[in-house]
Amino acid sequence: MLLIRCPYCGLRPEVEFSYGGEAHISRPEDPNALNDEEWGDFLFMRANQKGAFRERWVHTHGCRRWFNVLRDTSSHEIHATYEVGAPKPDVPGAAKPVRKPRARKSAKP
Amino acid sequence: MVLLGEPEKAMKRFSALSLARNAFTHHENWPRQWRSPEPKPDYDVIVVGGGGHGLATAFYLAKEHGITNVAVLEKGWIGGGNTGRNTTIVRSNYLFDESAHLYEKSLQLFEQLSQELNYNIMMSQRGVMNLAHNLHDVRESKRRVYANKLNGVDADWLEPEEVKAFCPIIDISPKARYPVMGATLQRRAGVARHDAVAWGLARAADDRGVDIIQNCEVTGFRIENGAVTGVETTKGTIGARKVGIVVAGHTSVLCEMAGFRVPLTSHPLQALVSEPIKPVHPCVVMSNAVHVYVSQSDKGELVIGAGIDSYNSYAQRGSFHIIEGQMGALKELFPIFSRLRMMRSWGGIVDTAPDASAIISKTPVDNIFINCGWGTGGFKATPGSGWVFAYTIAKGEPHPLNAGFTLDRFTSGALIDEHGAAGVAH
Repeated sequence: MLLIRCPYCGLRPEVEFSYGGEAHISRPEDPNALNDEEWGDFLFMRANQKGAFRERWVHTHGCRRWFNVLRDTSSHEIHATYEVGAPKPDVPGAAKPVRKPRARKSAKP
Repeated sequence: MVLLGEPEKAMKRFSALSLARNAFTHHENWPRQWRSPEPKPDYDVIVVGGGGHGLATAFYLAKEHGITNVAVLEKGWIGGGNTGRNTTIVRSNYLFDESAHLYEKSLQLFEQLSQELNYNIMMSQRGVMNLAHNLHDVRESKRRVYANKLNGVDADWLEPEEVKAFCPIIDISPKARYPVMGATLQRRAGVARHDAVAWGLARAADDRGVDIIQNCEVTGFRIENGAVTGVETTKGTIGARKVGIVVAGHTSVLCEMAGFRVPLTSHPLQALVSEPIKPVHPCVVMSNAVHVYVSQSDKGELVIGAGIDSYNSYAQRGSFHIIEGQMGALKELFPIFSRLRMMRSWGGIVDTAPDASAIISKTPVDNIFINCGWGTGGFKATPGSGWVFAYTIAKGEPHPLNAGFTLDRFTSGALIDEHGAAGVAH
């Protein structure tokens, strides 16, 4: 079981939390301006890194607040937890940004 | 490497006679069942991933389409990933037409696979029951039975007493926290030996000329003018006219190497087995509401599974509270198992798609094809998945059976939303 440090409540076992998937996905400013591909991208395409990954958790059975976690998906090591809106902490030992910009190639039928 | 003196094609048919003959030599002279060749400079088709689906793809490429200049590249050993980690359940009682047809094709292939491969996959059609515990379950289950029947998939609705008659150890007491209000039953469903499926497919594919190359990890793709020309591996660059990616949990990693994205997230799926006991459990029981599924293996162990861990992971292990929840559900349904000890647990990494359905599709890169998104339920699809993927690779277009399972359904919105029949229990 993971031990997760809620930024508000401190270190608690995983069973108190619920998972929210990839972090830092913001709703499009103007949804009507998106084409089908961009909308599908927003709804379904997720980073699925092997390694350092920024993700959301909510302290369901505690303060019930959402926050972000920087966790390694191949070792489960939690590098950092941080409040929504706080600056993204760096990945230990990594010089480049965690996430590559999204490719906008179209899938063929 | 081909051993000195070993014939190029070493496959010998298994039969009662060959068993008897080898008994005289204490079974020490069986030939190896597939070769371990070094990769050739190039192939017509490279299948990345030597699990059940990849091996089935190679087998059907050779058998159905006459394409034998094929390599299966496996970074570990064949069948060592999710193929060796699942709970061996085979069924086809899916709700929607697309899924029902695809899984039914797979079940039909499973039914003849032992004969086709000359390899006993220990197919046991002992019946799969999906329990209903509340009025909503009952309605949904009956809807699924009717939908299955319309699609030619065998299905029955059982009342609680019939459930008890089919599986006497279930607690159907109305006082239970989650009383059993009935169940769907697919009698042709059951279990098959997962390792045997991989080994039988490998042996049969190798016999038709497919090179199975283990300990060969793909590290990149050679792409020229938008089309694949080969793969980079830990054993060097290998040319390929077409590449099929069938790597389950690591699909996103491979697709990123190839330069396109897939709507998948990778999660641990845990399972466990109990100590072996005498035969007490005659079928497969699944319950979405209390969330466990269980069968008894030929060795006598109960094989138990449930849902994924919620978080993304590539670690092939999960959190203990998931297993604790499974055990609670097991004891709720089968009080008889309350003092049974559990022997081993393990995790595999499954690639879940937003609509809990597979993606068997062309990709933005010409001549790269993907077969992924099977999530928690890929084993039952092994031969069917390989069959349609072989067709897709050979023809460059999907077969009608997998025409709906394209990557672009996440743009068009034509999802195959199987969460009811797939997302929870397998």
